[in-house]
Amino acid sequence: MYAEHAASTSAHTMDKSIILPPDEIFRNLENAKRFAIDIGGSLTKLAYYSTVQHKVAKVRSFDHTAKEAHSDKLYEISVQEEVTARLHFIKFENTYIETCLDFIKDHLVNTETKVIKATGGGAHKFKDLIEKKLGLKVDKEDEMTCLIKGCNFVLRNIPHEAFVYTKHADSEFRFQTTHPDIFPYLLVNIGSGVSIVKVESEDKFERIGGSSIANLPTPALMFSYFGQRFDELLQLASKGQHTSVDMLVKDIYGGSYGSLGLTGDLIASSFGKSATADKEFPKEDMAKSLLHMISNDIGQLACLYAKLHNLSRVYFGGFFIRGHPVTMHTITYSINYFTKGEVQALFLRHEGYLGAIGAFLKGAEEDNPNQYRWVENYAGSSGLMSVSPDMNPMQRARSGTFDMLEMDRLERQLVKLPLLQDPSSYIPDTVDLTEDALAREYWLFCFEDALDGVVQRAVASQPDLPEAPERAEKFRQKYRHKLQTLRHQPFAYGSLTVRSLLDTREHCLNEFNFPDPYSKIKQRENDLALKYYLKAVKALEKLEWEDRQLALVSGVLAGNVFDWGAKAVSDVLESDPEFGFEEAKRQLEERPWLVDCYDQWFERLKGPPHRCALFFVDNSGVDIILGVIPFVRELLSRGTEVVLASNSGPALNDVTNGELQILTERIAAMDPVIQSGLRDERLMLVQSGSSSPCLDLSRLDKVLATLVRERKTDLVIIEGMGRAIHTNYYAMLSCESLKMAVIKNSWLADRLGGKLFSVVFKYEVPAGKPSQDCSASIPL
Amino acid sequence: MPGLCRSDPNNEGAAAPGPSSSERRTFNSTARLRTDSVKKSRPLFPWFGMDIGGTLVKLVYFEPKDITAEEEQEEVENLKSIRRYLTLNTAYGKTGIRDVHLELKDLTLCGRTGNLHFIRFPTQDLPVFLQMGRDKHFSSLHTTLCATGGGPTSLKLHKLDELECLIRGVLYIDSVMPRECYYFENPTDPDHCVERPYPLENPYPMLLVNIGSGVSILAVYSENNYKRVTGTSLGGGTFLGLCCLLTGCSSFEDALEMASEGESTRVDKLVRDIYGGDYERFGLPGWAVASSFGNMMSKEKRETVSKADLARATLVTITNNIGSITRMCALNENIERVVFVGNFLRVNTLSMKLLAYAMDYWSKGQLKALFLRHEGYFGAVGALLELLHSS
Repeated sequence: MYAEHAASTSAHTMDKSIILPPDEIFRNLENAKRFAIDIGGSLTKLAYYSTVQHKVAKVRSFDHTAKEAHSDKLYEISVQEEVTARLHFIKFENTYIETCLDFIKDHLVNTETKVIKATGGGAHKFKDLIEKKLGLKVDKEDEMTCLIKGCNFVLRNIPHEAFVYTKHADSEFRFQTTHPDIFPYLLVNIGSGVSIVKVESEDKFERIGGSSIANLPTPALMFSYFGQRFDELLQLASKGQHTSVDMLVKDIYGGSYGSLGLTGDLIASSFGKSATADKEFPKEDMAKSLLHMISNDIGQLACLYAKLHNLSRVYFGGFFIRGHPVTMHTITYSINYFTKGEVQALFLRHEGYLGAIGAFLKGAEEDNPNQYRWVENYAGSSGLMSVSPDMNPMQRARSGTFDMLEMDRLERQLVKLPLLQDPSSYIPDTVDLTEDALAREYWLFCFEDALDGVVQRAVASQPDLPEAPERAEKFRQKYRHKLQTLRHQPFAYGSLTVRSLLDTREHCLNEFNFPDPYSKIKQRENDLALKYYLKAVKALEKLEWEDRQLALVSGVLAGNVFDWGAKAVSDVLESDPEFGFEEAKRQLEERPWLVDCYDQWFERLKGPPHRCALFFVDNSGVDIILGVIPFVRELLSRGTEVVLASNSGPALNDVTNGELQILTERIAAMDPVIQSGLRDERLMLVQSGSSSPCLDLSRLDKVLATLVRERKTDLVIIEGMGRAIHTNYYAMLSCESLKMAVIKNSWLADRLGGKLFSVVFKYEVPAGKPSQDCSASIPL
Repeated sequence: MPGLCRSDPNNEGAAAPGPSSSERRTFNSTARLRTDSVKKSRPLFPWFGMDIGGTLVKLVYFEPKDITAEEEQEEVENLKSIRRYLTLNTAYGKTGIRDVHLELKDLTLCGRTGNLHFIRFPTQDLPVFLQMGRDKHFSSLHTTLCATGGGPTSLKLHKLDELECLIRGVLYIDSVMPRECYYFENPTDPDHCVERPYPLENPYPMLLVNIGSGVSILAVYSENNYKRVTGTSLGGGTFLGLCCLLTGCSSFEDALEMASEGESTRVDKLVRDIYGGDYERFGLPGWAVASSFGNMMSKEKRETVSKADLARATLVTITNNIGSITRMCALNENIERVVFVGNFLRVNTLSMKLLAYAMDYWSKGQLKALFLRHEGYFGAVGALLELLHSS
């Protein structure tokens, strides 16, 4: 009753022709286990768990006491196999079910699986087929329980899962940042019946209303007259005029009914005109009228329930919604009308997968999947596809075939930074490219333009592997396809941001076993920079205190110019390897900088030292070694403890935690200040939990968060364009913060009113504290 | 959507016929001894109240029975003929009908005694009705026929607040008509479900649900303190409209007739159709509807249902949907007494019993569904009272 009974009329004729190569759909079947299936009236959703072997880059320090010095490199890079857990969800039309089962059977090597969890209205119908084909016992699970479990799972694990739909806005989809506490909420599932469920916690939910109580008109009503496929009906409806069928307020009153606030165009009586005349009504008009009637009615009831139970978050899902712009619009309209904007209708990006996810979770309870954090793999997931007929042709070809969602398990727990001023309103990304069409166009172009370079570097990073060029080519195709998809459907993976574009690229690189294309470049740069370390430190020590403070800041900024992630810089670096630290300093913009809070920062330094500083570092080489470490050294000398947070996994040329461990050990061997800092645990290295060039302060490694709390951190420093400009530029922290970056992209520099290599030095003190706040702020 | 017919808008200051029991329809002597001042402030005959709805026009007509010989002589011929035409017939033209069983006899209104007649005709025939009025030389009576909506532009419009009229009408009729209000005892037990009178002496607060073409739901706290809580476009007009499309019927009576012979469970998918019985996880009984019209998604089942089944399913769906919205409003407004009015309930015991059942069952006996015999005429009555009040 909850599922997609609204079925195709030509149901279940087995079609053997699969359009896409199935091995690109049912991936990693060799190690698959814990199958679950959700069969609706027209769509089947299959879920399984598998382990994925992929290559990871590791660094290992050489034993420098040993005689045979391996050239003069600091550390060796090795590529190792690592096994990670992945969840696969595949959605396809019921017509393919037999073909798909055959394919799975043929490729399922692992035989320890005995049971398949099943849910959905069609589970019963296909029970025998599944058992016969797969040799697994079908174990039915309650549909509503699965739905709720799935809903909780996506809300908890996918940051941009929920969105509001606005038909006429620049960006139709506005994604919501998930509230830290997802409960309580109302889930309105509209299939052939309607269910209104109040969810209070993981295990506590109650069906408070719906068709069995209300007996409300459901989409099924549409079939009694038309006998047509639901999607065709929606198409009809989008062409119709309901005013010929419905009786409007103005039909009765001649205009609006002002004293009641009823406008003339309001429907007074649905189908009120179809009783009065013997005339024929166009099908389109009637379909439209039905659509309005059903949407308004369900919206009204949902509002009444939300009001009664004091709930402000109402999610809509089910066959009726299924990403249809038409129904999302009418439901949104209805909710807005009945609550006067107090309640927003929310939709889910993975609404179609909820049942399958829930059934899977039921079957995997012994693995404790809820204990882990899972992250959407952009390389393996199709993203949100709309079934709107006027969407781009590429997508039309896609819908109706196969749709995939893949999620990777994170091995470590992620939590929010305890120093966020308001975690519920924190949005990492500075610019939402779904809403900013101009910026979207530029960045999509920029990433496409940089693709050749990335491919070349990927190939160059694996000179010993002859098939590397072929893999790199596959990577290029995959990422280019993603960019094309995003050009037409910027909303496919939630809010489109520079961060998501970067992350998607990393996911795609990993997908084709290019775990760290920059490993060798980073290695070379680190080697080079280390040679200048002592010289740089000594030069700084000679300066007077006042001059040194500015030199340290300039050093961090100059070091930040070295960034292979930015195209402008990588061009220079590649053509001129001698481009040195001093040269970078000269390239820096003169003060006053584009955003210049240096004077306030300088004043602050005259005061008492900070207790503990958390430093999110950026690039390897000159940046970390000649820029960041000297700055950190000064903090340590002032009596400030320092937590250095670096990436858990590789992204561009960003220094990873593994690399930084080795680098600091080497520096400690030369520099007693760093050495004692490490020894006394006044200098600590932690991983951020991320493998992205950007930074989401709401998803950080738990160890980091704990340390930050224990050490009573009172200063957060964020360095680099990815972490301080593309993300966190507007992040409000509950302690002092420094955001330092050099703008290495001329388009962005232009947009900010600066020029290439303009400097952002933003020092902020939270409101309420004795403030020397720098008011300078540029709108991004 | 009441308009009203008034003869002379300049007469002000008549006593308002409130819902006081002293004005019960007894032939009382003080009423006979009319003073000149009362006579002057009283509007001239004819006394009409009209409510123009989306589907039906409701007309109430006060027929004075205490006409003196003097008055009889004074009464212009046209007025006389209207009085005779309306009171001697029960059907007017092809579609006008007088609900004789609702007539209130020997009513004292504004110092005059007479009978109150209840007449209805389809809104689409309003021009015909007006033409009839013209043919019978209404205009010579200086009558201003007041109507809302488009149409009669030749007539002066006097628009009254619909909800105010409705509430006044309800309160007035209940005060003059014993056993006007009733409820169903044992609504969940079909064998023992019986109609019982309900004394609506202390009606506040009440939820007043007016089911016409569409539905308005009002929370009434006193005669002058009320609000429109919400409304829905799924009302009587929707039932009839959908029925016409699904079954080809042409009138409300036909549709109801068909519905009474049909079986909605052949059209709807029930909980037990899916679960084989009750759905215990959510405490849903097997007989509950899982999906209205749910069986109609199957081609085979579409071919086996009768038109009567479809009519019944439409009636059940619309009625229960109204019941559900009403119940939620009652909970949100914290009101336990629900009064259903409106012409959707006319000769529609099926819906009334369904509403009574739904209120009782889903609220576990907390809510009481009440009904009134003059179902759809309260707006028109309110309009008439307004005429007498404002004159």
